[in-house]
Amino acid sequence: MRIEANTDVCIGAGQCVLTDPTVFDQHDDGIVMLVTKHPEGEAAQRARDAVQLCPSGALSLIEEPSEV
Amino acid sequence: MTETASITTAGASSTATSGPGSGEVTDAEFPVERGCPFSTPAEYEQIREHAPLAKVRLTTGREAWWIAGHELARAVLADRRFSSDRRRDNFPFVSTDPETRKQLQDQPISMLGMDGAEHAQARRALMGEFTVRRMAGLRPRIQQIVDQHIDEMLSSEQRSADLVEALSLPVPSLVICELLGVPYADHDFFQAHTGPLVRHNTPSQVRVRIQEELNTYLGGLIDRKVADPTDDLLSRQIAKQRAAGTFDRTSMVSMAFLLLIAGHETTANMISLGVVGLLQHPDQLAKIKEDPEKTPPAVEELLRYFSITDTVTARVATEDVQLGDTTINAGDGVVISGLAADHDPTVFTDPTRIDLERGARHHVAFGFGPHQCIGQTLARLELQIVFDTLFRRIPTLRLAAPLDDIPFKSDAIIYGAEELPVAW
Repeated sequence: MRIEANTDVCIGAGQCVLTDPTVFDQHDDGIVMLVTKHPEGEAAQRARDAVQLCPSGALSLIEEPSEV
Repeated sequence: MTETASITTAGASSTATSGPGSGEVTDAEFPVERGCPFSTPAEYEQIREHAPLAKVRLTTGREAWWIAGHELARAVLADRRFSSDRRRDNFPFVSTDPETRKQLQDQPISMLGMDGAEHAQARRALMGEFTVRRMAGLRPRIQQIVDQHIDEMLSSEQRSADLVEALSLPVPSLVICELLGVPYADHDFFQAHTGPLVRHNTPSQVRVRIQEELNTYLGGLIDRKVADPTDDLLSRQIAKQRAAGTFDRTSMVSMAFLLLIAGHETTANMISLGVVGLLQHPDQLAKIKEDPEKTPPAVEELLRYFSITDTVTARVATEDVQLGDTTINAGDGVVISGLAADHDPTVFTDPTRIDLERGARHHVAFGFGPHQCIGQTLARLELQIVFDTLFRRIPTLRLAAPLDDIPFKSDAIIYGAEELPVAW
């Protein structure tokens, strides 16, 4: 699983950082910054939650075939 | 009163899709009064029983679509074909009074009413002020403010207080004033002025006058910060815009006004209602007192349960939009009821029950889509600190009046309590 962040649509709500700061961070201007693109274990589940919570649709998950 | 209301529901009637002016709607006019904080209006449930959306009549005499389902609420709020521009005809709840409409047209719209690229630009300029990291840096100061106010409560000999006056209003008021750079000496002026603006029943003339007085005050404040910048949000925004050559005094007034109102009224009301909610559930409150780790999920549940901004999230369709079987026509007003969405039983099991360990953060109490609350991290922080500190320092806190006697803001745009008598 890989996370992609579209910084063009991010609105800096901070929901992702609140969900898991080991995966998501914000630049000083509020835009999302990925700490890792490949969260594992519980962090992977939290990253899925963050994608659902993101109000702007800036986050997406890409399932990578090699992992399936 | 409204039990016999007739409702036209989307998908259930062929007339429902033919635009404003057609179709049967519930006899009730919206917004309906919100009574007790522990029940949602009966009309909301009537609509929900029929469909996730229905057409309703508004007190302005117009009609609008009412979105009751959680999934649909999120979809509409995230859909850029729906405009937030309150100056558009048919924008739900906006007065049809000519003087009020003219005032609305004449002044620059705040971020709340912008769409698309214009909104993105305004929001991006401000986002850095509300990052999770920056807000976490405010924690010690917020804690200090909360402690000072609780010290004052505890120093009173009568062991009772109006919590709204003693804590709920002054804490967020002081926090937002310091953040923006508004002298706290002026906060009484703001409280007196912002209160009537967030009531549905405030006469248009009063609304216009208050708005003008606030604009005059904020204009003066901004002029002083242009001349003599200080270390605060307004000064930083002014400096940034002046450096970019985009400084516009009236737009800055609109932004300051929006942040002050949003910072004042929302958090204050959530503090009061949250305390009521916690005191009504002593067994659950006991768990929070034992373990502060449980406070953040409890705050989320209280946000969901009370959804105080409810119908603030409204839109106008800019083109025909198909929602399931229903066509929303271009120009139709749409009310996305946060309270209805957050009590959707298909998403929140047993939604009328407060469950402080529910742990659900996908409520729409802060909205959804590009306009979701920019200050939500600050609001969460303030609520967590207030609830933790209040019940730790005053463990015997109790309501000093029966629930039925507490004056709740039944006609408020932002729901809350006028007064909250407490004792310990």
